[in-house]
Amino acid sequence: MTTLDLGLLAVIAALVVVAGAAFVRRRPPRGLAAPAGARRILVPFTGRLDQTVLDAAIRIASAEEAVLVTAYLLIVPLRYAEDAPLREEVNVAMPLLEAVELAALRAGVPVDARIEKGRTPTHALRKLWDVERFDRIVAPAPSNGRGTFTEKELAWLLTHAPAETVVLKPAPIT
Amino acid sequence: MRGRYRILLGMAAGVGKTYRMLQEGQQAQVEGRDVAIGYLEPHDRPETVALAESLDVVPHLRAGHGTLELNEMDVDAVIRRAPELALIDELAHTNAPGMRNEKRYQDIDEVLDAGIDVISTVNVQHLESLNDAISELTDVRVRETFPDRILEQADEIVLVDLTPEALQERLRAGKVYAKDRAEVALQNFFSLEKLSALRELALREVAEDVGARRQAAVLDPISQIAVAERVLVLVTPEPRSQRILRRAFRSSERLSAQLDALWVRDPGREPSDEQRTSIAALRRLCIVLGAHFLEVESDDLVATVRRTVYERGATYVFVGTPNESRRREILRGSLVSALVRELPGVDIRVVANRADRPESVS
Repeated sequence: MTTLDLGLLAVIAALVVVAGAAFVRRRPPRGLAAPAGARRILVPFTGRLDQTVLDAAIRIASAEEAVLVTAYLLIVPLRYAEDAPLREEVNVAMPLLEAVELAALRAGVPVDARIEKGRTPTHALRKLWDVERFDRIVAPAPSNGRGTFTEKELAWLLTHAPAETVVLKPAPIT
Repeated sequence: MRGRYRILLGMAAGVGKTYRMLQEGQQAQVEGRDVAIGYLEPHDRPETVALAESLDVVPHLRAGHGTLELNEMDVDAVIRRAPELALIDELAHTNAPGMRNEKRYQDIDEVLDAGIDVISTVNVQHLESLNDAISELTDVRVRETFPDRILEQADEIVLVDLTPEALQERLRAGKVYAKDRAEVALQNFFSLEKLSALRELALREVAEDVGARRQAAVLDPISQIAVAERVLVLVTPEPRSQRILRRAFRSSERLSAQLDALWVRDPGREPSDEQRTSIAALRRLCIVLGAHFLEVESDDLVATVRRTVYERGATYVFVGTPNESRRREILRGSLVSALVRELPGVDIRVVANRADRPESVS
């Protein structure tokens, strides 16, 4: 085998290595996967989620390496059966949930979003935590008559929540 | 030829349906049409009575019911009079015993059959399919109901709308009932909450009717079958499937398509607790969305999808961005390529994660 042949072989080998490396190179991450058994932080909301509350929930989830479970609570009017599909209402919830999910994923926090329904926000919440485990709940406090929960519902939440609950005050209206 | 049927629908008494019916009658008369009042319920409202004065009235039938003497529409007299347009109030009304028809909407049917156009009025609480809902909302069980097909058969349904606050004002001013009765009504059936709910029902009813008519007008039945879309979304027991299912739902809404979610479960492999939670959440989301959740055990994903697509008549398949590595993709083939190859004539959409998109391009 001549020196030229050896050189050619070396070049081919190098090319194979480079091609192989490109071949097995990891792709950019497709979303974020939480490790098994990761803590789960529930952020329930209806209508809208205050940015301050969302930012705080993301910071907490990031610090605890937890999964953020954002749950849009869908209220089923009495005139519908509880298991009736609510396609129109869902169309309102979806863009909001998408935006919240995007903000969390961009901050590097894995998200497991939900749309949960019930006759009232507390009813929807109770149904959710009856079937899923949560390690912490982050709830927005009522502020100037807006927000997910009324004062009464918040008191109920603090009494009945199955996990440590943090109540965050939304940013004042400017 | 059967007459044209126009129904003026309102949320409650006092919104102005009868008034509107008379206005439309007057307008038609001005335009040269022969108009007659088949039946009018003036409710002792002076404005209504005044508006009816210039219109011809077909005399009512007087029917005895115990000690009461009731006024009923004389169907035969209306048909004999043969106006081009008959105004007939309160289609849900129950006729006095002994009349030919039990209900006024049946009388109206005869008038229409005689080739006479009809304008009639009704409140949404009389609609048969809403009876339970109305009872739950208002604590009042409405006895005079009419079948939903009457609305479906009408050529036009017009909503006579008034805000709940404005209707309450009319009540307080004594324009709907006498003042003593109005106070009681305001406390009960005419409370703001109940009126708001009734108004929502009336708006929804008319909106659904408009949608159905538009669909029917645009597409004949054969074309509807030809362009019918059905979406199949592949889900797995992981959080991102919630997003993929939501995205598929939004597309199915735009396509007016049915939505199925398919989970192909590995045979002999028990899902973990977290996977069970994810699947249960996906099932709940399917219920909210009105989608069908399908669970199939198979070790051949592509073949299962193929079979499901053709069984369900799916025209779109939504799939999340595959997690497979490039090595696996080369060695075992890409899922997306396999789906494209195995599902000719079916659109394949890969749902990306928006968070993977660069925030800005420099």
